[in-house]
Amino acid sequence: MAARVRALETILVGKGLVDPAAIDAIVETYETKIGPRNGAHVVATAWTDPGFAAWLKTDATAAIASLGYTGRQGEHMRAVFNTEGEHNLVVCTLCSCYPWSVLGLPPVWYKSPPYRSRAVIDPRSVLAEFGLGLPADTSIRVWDSTAELRYLVIPQRPAGTDDLDTEALAALVTRDSMIGTGLARAPGQP
Amino acid sequence: MNGPQDLGGQMGFGLVAPELEEPLFHAAWEKRALGLTLCAGALGKWTIDESRHARESLHPADYYASSYYEIWTKALEALLLRHGLITAADLAAQRVVDLVPESMRILTADNVPTTLARGGRCDRPMAVPPRFATGDRVRTRWTNPTGHTRLPRYARDCVGMIETVHGGFVFPDTNAHGAGEAQEYVYTVVFTGEELWGEAADPGLTVSIDAWESYLVPA
Repeated sequence: MAARVRALETILVGKGLVDPAAIDAIVETYETKIGPRNGAHVVATAWTDPGFAAWLKTDATAAIASLGYTGRQGEHMRAVFNTEGEHNLVVCTLCSCYPWSVLGLPPVWYKSPPYRSRAVIDPRSVLAEFGLGLPADTSIRVWDSTAELRYLVIPQRPAGTDDLDTEALAALVTRDSMIGTGLARAPGQP
Repeated sequence: MNGPQDLGGQMGFGLVAPELEEPLFHAAWEKRALGLTLCAGALGKWTIDESRHARESLHPADYYASSYYEIWTKALEALLLRHGLITAADLAAQRVVDLVPESMRILTADNVPTTLARGGRCDRPMAVPPRFATGDRVRTRWTNPTGHTRLPRYARDCVGMIETVHGGFVFPDTNAHGAGEAQEYVYTVVFTGEELWGEAADPGLTVSIDAWESYLVPA
């Protein structure tokens, strides 16, 4: 595949259709600027600012844009909030739709058949494979991203974090907790 | 189409395999494949819906044997061939054999930040009111279209409830085939696990899809 992609780049650059420096710039953007730290900032802000959390519930696209996160595969955002009784899980069974603007590029497992096939029919077992055992009476809401809305899970704020500031809170917010395959870390938890 | 991409509820693919400390890219060529896909898309010759349809049109054996960046690359070749930007002779020679007939505006490095930050909105104004309201019971159509669709098989001919009425969005089923944007309202429709999967389903499970209006009839 390396040779096939190299050949395609050679052809497209040779025809003047692709600027190789633009490829470098795209890769650099997703390596250094757009990733799950963006989403963690959104979550930590929602935890500390009730007004922002309310805005996020009613107009996630605008609320998230106010923190500077916009653009490709985040044009139409919706935030879904975990509660004591309900856990949210996001999947794209039909392709690999994922909120790039807040989480960056999706991990391989998110785009692969095991996750895409089973998240909608057997999510509890899928979560167990991530080491997440939910209480039996916690219901699971699965969001299949079949249109252009992109979903961000807002995990519950861990206990014992009352004295942490937004930056320290954001460090507890894992990528998986914003997809729904994990929870936010407790302070001191690796 | 009932293609290999329509994975919800399929069985036999094994356990999910999350990687610890997963790298953003697993090989250098994946970076180029990502960039080529986005740069070629920026030429404006096809829509995101057409590109999704190109991916799901790979032979199922090929689709399942390919990583996602491989799927992207194979579909990109198909799109470039279809729109006359490359030829079979170019691919066979692995270099430029046939020149493109027109000069085109391309994505340059200095435009990458603004292009990525702008994205491409898919919502469109609607001249008519929505047919359904929050709380309405609806049935998804029993249909097996041969072209592109975003109504997954597992959620066809099922009764659910309108949870959210979104605005108008470009209709992928037409747009993927160059038949126009034909915008329709999109709704978040929620189903019980039992409705989708039968009585053995997890009693605590609900699943939603985002459905265009013509996928739905009153229940």
